[in-house]
Amino acid sequence: MKTDVKTRKAVTIKFAGDSGDGMQLSGGLFTSSTALTGSDLATFPDFPAEIRAPAGTIAGVSGFQIHFGSQKIFTPGDTFDVLVAMNAAALKTNIDTLREGGTIIANTDGFDKKNLRLAKYENGANPLDDGSLAGYQLLELPVTKMTRETLTDSPLGLKEKDRCKNMFVLGFLFWRYSRSLQDTIEFLTGKFSKKPDVLEANIKVLQAGYNFGDTTETFTSRYEIKAAPLEKGTYRGIMGSEAIVLGLITASKKSGLPLFYGSYPITPASEILHGLSRHKNYGVKTFQAEDEIAAICSSIGAAYGGHLAITGTSGPGLALKGEALGLAMILELPLVVINIQRGGPSTGLPTKTEQSDLLQAMYGRNGECPIPVISASTPADAFEAIFEACRIAIQHMTPVVFMSDGFISNGSEPWKFPKSSEIPDITVQFAPPKENGDTYLPYARDERLVRKWAVPGTKGLAHRIGGLEKEAETGNVSYDPANHEYMTKIREAKVEGIAEFIPEQAIEIGPEEGDLLILGWGSSYGVIQSVVTTLLSEGHSVAHAQLRYIRPFPKNLGNLLKGFKQVLIPEMNTGQLASIIRNKFLLDVKQYNKIQGTPIATSELLHAAKELL
Amino acid sequence: MTTQTASTNQEPLKAKDFATDQDVRWCPGCGDYSILKQVQTVMAEIGLDKDNTAVISGIGCSSRFPYYMDTYGMHSIHGRAPAFASGLRMANRDLSIWLVTGDGDGFSIGGNHMLHILRRNVNINLLLFNNQIYGLTKGQYSPTSELNKRTKSTPMGSIDRPVNPCAFAIGSNATFIARAMDRDTKHLKTILHRADQHHGTSFTEIYQNCNIFNDGAFFAFTDKATKPLTTVFLEHGQPLVFGTERNKGVVFNGMRPKVVDLGSGEYSENDLWIHDETDIFKATMLTRFFDDPSEESALPRPFGVLYAVDEPCYEDMMFEQLDQAIEEKGDGDLDDLIAGPRTWVI
Ligand code: SF4
Repeated sequence: MKTDVKTRKAVTIKFAGDSGDGMQLSGGLFTSSTALTGSDLATFPDFPAEIRAPAGTIAGVSGFQIHFGSQKIFTPGDTFDVLVAMNAAALKTNIDTLREGGTIIANTDGFDKKNLRLAKYENGANPLDDGSLAGYQLLELPVTKMTRETLTDSPLGLKEKDRCKNMFVLGFLFWRYSRSLQDTIEFLTGKFSKKPDVLEANIKVLQAGYNFGDTTETFTSRYEIKAAPLEKGTYRGIMGSEAIVLGLITASKKSGLPLFYGSYPITPASEILHGLSRHKNYGVKTFQAEDEIAAICSSIGAAYGGHLAITGTSGPGLALKGEALGLAMILELPLVVINIQRGGPSTGLPTKTEQSDLLQAMYGRNGECPIPVISASTPADAFEAIFEACRIAIQHMTPVVFMSDGFISNGSEPWKFPKSSEIPDITVQFAPPKENGDTYLPYARDERLVRKWAVPGTKGLAHRIGGLEKEAETGNVSYDPANHEYMTKIREAKVEGIAEFIPEQAIEIGPEEGDLLILGWGSSYGVIQSVVTTLLSEGHSVAHAQLRYIRPFPKNLGNLLKGFKQVLIPEMNTGQLASIIRNKFLLDVKQYNKIQGTPIATSELLHAAKELL
Repeated sequence: MTTQTASTNQEPLKAKDFATDQDVRWCPGCGDYSILKQVQTVMAEIGLDKDNTAVISGIGCSSRFPYYMDTYGMHSIHGRAPAFASGLRMANRDLSIWLVTGDGDGFSIGGNHMLHILRRNVNINLLLFNNQIYGLTKGQYSPTSELNKRTKSTPMGSIDRPVNPCAFAIGSNATFIARAMDRDTKHLKTILHRADQHHGTSFTEIYQNCNIFNDGAFFAFTDKATKPLTTVFLEHGQPLVFGTERNKGVVFNGMRPKVVDLGSGEYSENDLWIHDETDIFKATMLTRFFDDPSEESALPRPFGVLYAVDEPCYEDMMFEQLDQAIEEKGDGDLDDLIAGPRTWVI
């Protein structure tokens, strides 16, 4: 029977299976094949909280979601159209997010008695045959069995054979979405170049999965998703954490400063430590410190020594760094502190995403301690945003807190990357050596109120810095009351003055004035784009503005906000940006908040926005 | 720590050239004055370049040190000086870096960093001013205070057992461990020179008298009358001899050290423990010469270099890896990095 090929505008697929089922790899390979078709896409992985939860259990389910289409794709998708369930636990965990009438591709071998018991299906009832999935299209594939059969002649052991079963599903999906296997075969050839038996087995199973779709009459539909109207150019896939790594190295090259990264392992920020450690041939110095405090303090030491110094962490780590961050502020040394937010408070939800550290970043230190705060909005945006954080730190001699979150760091999207020649240099002004023997004034300031960076080893500049209040200009210890007030104000004015050196706030989409502005920061970017696009197409007077600079705000932000009858701020917290905006502009902004460790869904925000229109 | 010295043809600097114009604010009579003087003297003797020297400290009386040194300096936050100094060292291998800390700063709030700088062997001169008390916060017992110490926070006596800094250092795999005292300035200078010559973290514990809150904590070791009986000054390759007439020595009694009388005819210098600063087992035992000097048959407290070995230091290995990465992968190209391994054209 000839299968017909149907065209779809957008599809969301969730790959779900046991941690050992290779779902991240399948998802990644499906993503890169999708990218080659020219579709736009967004992905998000869903890792189990435990490292090695027992196989077959709910706690051990690992997932990967991809949303792709022939139109602009803003988010990894609220719900999915297709659920790949490698076992009973994967089905149980994800079924609620599958859209009504969606497709389940189930590995029937993952629904034996033991799997059903581990997934806690009552009395061992098998959902595949008890009628409970009636509202869905169910495709049953005996994946394990067919993988083993494909590999009867392979010299591999049974365990190794079974490890190829994700390739069967992938092959089947490639058939279903009219893809070539070439890209994946090339990848596998590279990955298993030293293990010819494993390579052969993977390719065989991949092909078997494809042929299964091709030859079995059970499946009558194939789909095609055309290329999206993306800007012409050369693209790559980028994850948020990778974009940060690239942005940091780019800032190092563009400033001519060696890069130092002091960090202590913490989920989900460790990816940056791992990423930078692989790039030592770019002169990157990574230091795995003994704790969060040593991580920031060693970075301050390196900054004092003239390096582009960075420390990275997640919420609880930022709390531990507070005192040292205050020191960096009063020393007036450049430093970037990366905070990949996760669910809090305390240890909270380490593998889940949240935006609940904004007030900590703004105010979480003793004393009057103003520090610029910069935020990334999407995986690709993290590249430019971290570059900006470095530029501001270096050119304004201040620590900067850079905010991202688990959703951005682990998410991925296509990126039309720049050529290095298109990226501006970051000019650095070190205090020049002095020959005349005059006393050096380490806290003398220029018209921007910025002091000079005087690096140990520079002739004639020997001077002392420290955490005690310092006398203006000389930097000598001073307990003078008037001096303290003066210094407090000047440090504040310096940070506020950065507003003169950042772009004005722009509207992403929609009119410059109107009924409703949805104002976002961080990873809510995609969902706001999606909602505002829909509302605009329905004829509403709605716009989207996205903040990269949270401290200081762009100069025109107040006026921009006042151009709208209402302002809605969606956040994955109880309203932290909303309270800052209210406080600063005395505006009655509306909030939409979700604190469930998961991103705000398009449908949820659309509903909230419509209530205001 | 080893450093390059100034190679200019200017007048060699004198001790006073290392002093700043800031008033020294320690209490009159504080042991810190002597140490400051000896450090300035030794820096001049070494021929250090002020602009190529950095003094990093934490918080505490001793940590005011950088303000009095006309070099680069950072008075950082409580307990964290090792981390700041390590970061500075990783950024610059040519500086002479001196780290000043105290018993509270280094062994209480900063105990963790102390462990890690020692095991990493970062090329830094670490000076521990041990006065067995919190001075700056006005007199609470410290982690090196003796058991049952009565202070404002322990009116009935402290109930935590003291840390033994040199034993801690050897347990942390330190590569240079020495002990000196504020009141023996000649010996202190010798040890500071040795510390500076060491490539790696040199750990020097200096007994420092806090005449305000813990006066006389070390008098048994520093007072002329008792010093010969309570201390032994170590010399590499020399026997452990001490006593008013150099009439006492230390021998091995099986696996244990024992004090013997050289005058009785039973033992001669040939029978004594010969100091070998490269021997980790002997050094470990020496750090355990920690008896209360008032006890009968107390072992003498060792001063001098207890342990010194050459081991690779952290930042040298870090730089080697950077070179190796460039050798293996080539000097990183920014466009290659940004593009990554897989791209497509639309
Ligand atoms: S309190 Fe003690 S240690 Fe501190 S300066 Fe005074 S005498 Fe010296």
